[in-house]
Amino acid sequence: MDVVLLSRLQFAVTIFFHFVFVPLTLGLSMILAWMETRYLVSGDEFWKRQTKFWGKLFIINFTLGVVTGITQEFQFGTNWSRYSEYVGDIFGSLLAIEATVAFFLESTFIAVWHFGWNRVGKKLHCLCIWLVAIGGNVSAFWIIVANGFMQHPVGYVMNEAAGRAELTNFSDVVFNSFAWGQFVHTILGSWALATFFVLGVSAWHILRKSNGDFFERSFKMVAPCSLVLVLCLAVSGDMEGKAVAEYQPVKLAAMESHWDTRSNAPFYLLVWPNEEGTGNSIEAIGIPGLLSWISYGNTDATVKGLNDYPPTDRPPVAETFWCFRGMVLLGMIFIALAAWATWQRKAPSSRLLNCLVWNIPLPYIALMLGWAVAEIGRQPWIVYNLLRTSDAVSPVPASNVALSLIAFTLVYTVLGILDIYLLRKYAIKGPEARQEA
Amino acid sequence: MLETIWFILWTLLWAVYFILDGFDLGVGTLMPFLAKNEQEKKEMYAASGPYWDGNEVWLISAGGVTFAAFPKVYAVMFSALYAPLLILLFALILRATAYEFRDKVESASWRSFWDIVHFLVNLLACVVLGVFFANLFMGIPVDADGVYHGNILRLFNIYGIAGGIFFLFLFMMHGAIWLTIKSSGDLKAKAMAFAGALWVCVACLLLVFLVLTVFYTDIFMNYLSMPWLIVLPLLAVAALLYVPRLLNEHKSWLAWAASGVFILCVTFFGVMGMFPAMIISSIDPAATITAFNGCSTKLTLEIMLCVALVMVPIVLLYQFWMYRLFSKPGPEKA
Repeated sequence: MDVVLLSRLQFAVTIFFHFVFVPLTLGLSMILAWMETRYLVSGDEFWKRQTKFWGKLFIINFTLGVVTGITQEFQFGTNWSRYSEYVGDIFGSLLAIEATVAFFLESTFIAVWHFGWNRVGKKLHCLCIWLVAIGGNVSAFWIIVANGFMQHPVGYVMNEAAGRAELTNFSDVVFNSFAWGQFVHTILGSWALATFFVLGVSAWHILRKSNGDFFERSFKMVAPCSLVLVLCLAVSGDMEGKAVAEYQPVKLAAMESHWDTRSNAPFYLLVWPNEEGTGNSIEAIGIPGLLSWISYGNTDATVKGLNDYPPTDRPPVAETFWCFRGMVLLGMIFIALAAWATWQRKAPSSRLLNCLVWNIPLPYIALMLGWAVAEIGRQPWIVYNLLRTSDAVSPVPASNVALSLIAFTLVYTVLGILDIYLLRKYAIKGPEARQEA
Repeated sequence: MLETIWFILWTLLWAVYFILDGFDLGVGTLMPFLAKNEQEKKEMYAASGPYWDGNEVWLISAGGVTFAAFPKVYAVMFSALYAPLLILLFALILRATAYEFRDKVESASWRSFWDIVHFLVNLLACVVLGVFFANLFMGIPVDADGVYHGNILRLFNIYGIAGGIFFLFLFMMHGAIWLTIKSSGDLKAKAMAFAGALWVCVACLLLVFLVLTVFYTDIFMNYLSMPWLIVLPLLAVAALLYVPRLLNEHKSWLAWAASGVFILCVTFFGVMGMFPAMIISSIDPAATITAFNGCSTKLTLEIMLCVALVMVPIVLLYQFWMYRLFSKPGPEKA
């Protein structure tokens, strides 16, 4: 294998593994902050026990998120040095801001929160978890602004002599509308994932009737949030689709496996893409004008097809298409589940509870599929229409990358197994017994 | 001017990282020599438990700032030194995992497994950081395209190894002094004794390292052309000489601060000796990357300077508050 493919594989392995931990951190920190605020306001020990129980799971998850995050910070230099040189003037500053503004906040106050139950006052302790939640979510913002530049580069000028892109307008970069769309969609997805995590773990306990009404109350609190979030996700997803249609039409064509440019483009429920040819192997059950409508809000709009682009400028169609379909399908399942859970939040049926337990991994898969669409769909570019992925890789021997890829895969697999084992162990163990006053 | 300011800030970030993560890496390395039972191990883990995460962010910041302010340096440094950086990365990943996983399962063998991992990766991280920086001072075989010629063994030359050993003992001493703050009883007495012994080692190794520096690097050239820079090594030596006195007077915090000043001055001594070079090419002088030909545009440097001038003091302030909060010894209640 060549160094480009190995480096891409390594990036995929490390970023996906990192992203196992990130969304739960983003969402659960908000839920924890809310629970501890309820404790602070009501003085009811019950909410303290809630905070502590979910907090324990949060910490286990958080640590691996932190350590796998350093890999990402290093990896642009180790494996994508040409890219780093090319866009460092813009991209590098966003990463540096992320670290100084958000990451310090998150990692300092998580320690105060984790170790400081007996060292700081109630109000300060509650403030700590809010700072952690804000730090994490702000950190996500800067990272996605950086990614937004790769998707839809703005606020720069090419300096051909220096061989790099140079910053001309910082606020254009920060207020890149494409990035904001991605950020909102990712954040909503992460929060929704956390609500499904809480619902799933609670469901497991409610089914076994353990711990009194502890988990009924978690369930009741989180179910409606879940519904609101998935509905917002659907709206933001629709807006995302329209932004992609506007800024990255070839990605949209690959997401829908849409080959021939036409107006009033139909949306086919059944599609089997054929990467080699100039059309799909199977196209059935078309809804007239729907593709035009979801792309441009107008059933008569013209949607450009893949055949309008030279094959060297197209992303891998089948992967992009299937990841997108998978994400949308899962999204629909989540809407149904969240509606069901909200409906029965006071007395959930055991069928619902079982579904929710088995649902725990699905939001993770949905979020990863979403990012796979964003990143695979951007190929062959690392910075859209500016720098090709194949020109971005470091001049290091393929053997080095092969070795590090093997090492990452091994270490991460072991860590992943341990982490799931521990999360499961502490999730099943349930909350600490109530302290008698 | 902007480039020079960023060069100094860049050095400062690395120095702060060495001072802060240095002590917990040192404590981790000292674990098998100092902790004789579970109670003492717990005490040692607790001595750095609340801090390692916040300390590690200084490394991420140093990396991020290299990327932002000196993209070319970031690109060449990280890709040319691919192997040592990934070793450091894996060490840090496992270090964190050990902290977090060790006490999550009630089993002696599970614990001793993580104890061994913890010791090895802390040791490895100290050495790799030293080897890494010694090679930067000396120059690395990169060509004008940023391609590294050689393999990882080339980094383990005499000077590189000397740097690794020096950093190892430096961080162990720094960690031992930290333990005199954060531990009590027997452990504290042992930490005191170790700190004293390690101080002697550090002083000797410093001499060896300085002599080797004359032979292997051009660092002293800057000190000949800018004699006022000599204040850096003088300050370093003064801080180091002060450490045992403060320890004897049981002023642990001040001793630790003096040791921190020593690390700060040693870092500045080495890096300012390179100025304005950041990646010295040992095979092609024209391939050397400096703060002036490897930096970002003026606009980026200005924006980042604003961010740094506002954020770094704020971060230092709340981290200082947090250090004081946890300054009393004793195992933490989670």
